[in-house]
Amino acid sequence: MFSLERWQEIFETIRKNKLRTFLTGLSVGSGIFILVILLAIGQGMQNGIASEFEQDATNRISVWTGVTSESYKGLNPGRRIQLDNSDYAFAEAKNLDKLEYKSGVYSRWGQLTSYKTENGSYRVEGVLGDYQFLENATLTAGRYINQNDIDDFKKMAVIGQRVYQDLFKKGNAIGEYIEVSGVKFKVVGIYTDPGGEREENRIFIPLSTAQRVFNAGDKLRSMAFTLEKQDNFLDALAASEAFTAQLEADLKAKHIISPTDERAVRINNSLENAKRFYDLMFMIRWFFWGVGICTIIAGIVGVSNIMLIIVKERTKEIGIRKAIGAQPISIIGMILHESIFVTAIAGFLGLVFSLFLLEIVGPLIETDYIKNPSVDFQVAFTTVIILVIAGALAGFFPAYRAASIKPIEALRDE
Amino acid sequence: MIEIKDLHKSYKMGANSLHVLKGINFEVADGEMVAIMGSSGSGKSTLLNILGILDEADKGTYHLDGKIIENLNEKVAAQYRSKFLGFVFQSFNLISYKNALDNVAMPLYYQGVKRQIRTEKAMHYLEKVGLADWAEHLPNELSGGQKQRVAIARALASNPKVLLADEPTGALDSTTSYEVMELIQEINDEGKTILIVTHEDDIAHMCKRIVNLRDGVIINDSTVEQVRAKSIENV
Repeated sequence: MFSLERWQEIFETIRKNKLRTFLTGLSVGSGIFILVILLAIGQGMQNGIASEFEQDATNRISVWTGVTSESYKGLNPGRRIQLDNSDYAFAEAKNLDKLEYKSGVYSRWGQLTSYKTENGSYRVEGVLGDYQFLENATLTAGRYINQNDIDDFKKMAVIGQRVYQDLFKKGNAIGEYIEVSGVKFKVVGIYTDPGGEREENRIFIPLSTAQRVFNAGDKLRSMAFTLEKQDNFLDALAASEAFTAQLEADLKAKHIISPTDERAVRINNSLENAKRFYDLMFMIRWFFWGVGICTIIAGIVGVSNIMLIIVKERTKEIGIRKAIGAQPISIIGMILHESIFVTAIAGFLGLVFSLFLLEIVGPLIETDYIKNPSVDFQVAFTTVIILVIAGALAGFFPAYRAASIKPIEALRDE
Repeated sequence: MIEIKDLHKSYKMGANSLHVLKGINFEVADGEMVAIMGSSGSGKSTLLNILGILDEADKGTYHLDGKIIENLNEKVAAQYRSKFLGFVFQSFNLISYKNALDNVAMPLYYQGVKRQIRTEKAMHYLEKVGLADWAEHLPNELSGGQKQRVAIARALASNPKVLLADEPTGALDSTTSYEVMELIQEINDEGKTILIVTHEDDIAHMCKRIVNLRDGVIINDSTVEQVRAKSIENV
């Protein structure tokens, strides 16, 4: 197998049969290439979905209200339900031991904001200090809203990365004053959010200040909570479903809403969504594996076909070689050696080329659904080995047959 | 050198069995040059293939250089072919993607001769057949006569005891045929045992002995006056 003479013989054969070598290599190389790209896209989709999901705390429970759709206890449908501080205080008091983070929210869309000559229109949200964690936001500078700001109705603002870029370009923002709807606020922090630009296009101010500035009394737009962490996902899911059901029932009772009314109080439980996402990711992963395995099978069939044709085509040559003294084992060795060499080189070329492409193109893909496509190198490597072995096996049997038949039969083959 | 007794061979043709060789008894001594003649279907090629261990007899014994040849597996058969026999075919059977020199060197490769020595020896035999200048050419760049001479050089390269030629001039015109026969005669002059299958009378008479086959049996086996190919060429 390692004799120099054999290598010389094989290199010569390969050099003189470029088309055959090229076609064998192409089928193996493209098979590996397609497989790696497929697996990488699968991984990219998983990453994309996972990051979509990271924009808020994974166990966030959001509550907001709408208009009643059913008449109940003599009240007509079409009644607008408004949350206020008492609802928040009630929910907080009742579940104090279960809650991890909690905040009431009062928000306004499209508030004109300016700093010196720059201006823009942003969503302004009045929140409590916990809201940073409910949003999964990270501070890049300064601090977040704190209890002190809320107690004293301070005009402090935490701005998103995007807002910072719009208004301040690259200058210093901390300590500067911005004007929101005609009221001056002092910038105390800048945050970034894994949800991306859409989530970074906001300004957070203390809830109490917001209610006062926008003349909202004690009204709330929504409430957000997370529950204390549990040891495993199923426990967390059960606890959060129980909490959600209880909170919905309590709020409906408080606002006199029919228990079957689905429009008046809405609760979005991220953890339930998470379960759906995890199921989806699981499906995606299996789908791509299924496609990948089918690709490998197609590759194996392709390689086997080519090996069969190669041996068939060389039957006469095998006859000649035997007539001038070639041992059967040397014939089999020659064919296998060549096929393993060609498929291995082509397989690794396909692998390297696809990894290279992923490295170059991967970071350029800018869509919400595919992010950072990559592939487990070990998986790709194993696939190459499988294809090489399959090619060798597929070549072995016809080569063995051709080497075993009488030379006179092989010579007659045209 | 070659000794066969009561050799039988039949081929299965669908349901029928075709009895090709029906009891051949035949001896060839060292240094002989024998023509095996017969019309097509007389079994002459089959006989040669059996003598060359490319095919197996159904019945009978075959001794080559004192060794009995029967029920050989392919491995041993390959060893014997490599050691004792050189083949020349009607259709040359050169490997199309190898040049003349590499074709000639191939039997040496299978004997395990190192590359450098192999190339030297192969070159020597190419010179012997007068094709040293054509060493780097592929078979399809050579004329029929040149191809056959490369094939002869290849057959000689492993220094076999017996040279077997199956219609070596069958695909050549008469001038080229005589050139090839002249070469074969010279090789025989050096003492190599040669068997030639042919159906051409003039080619057969360039050998020293003619064996006539008809319907699978030898009908005539006689020593003849050898006609030198060179003398005919010069006419």
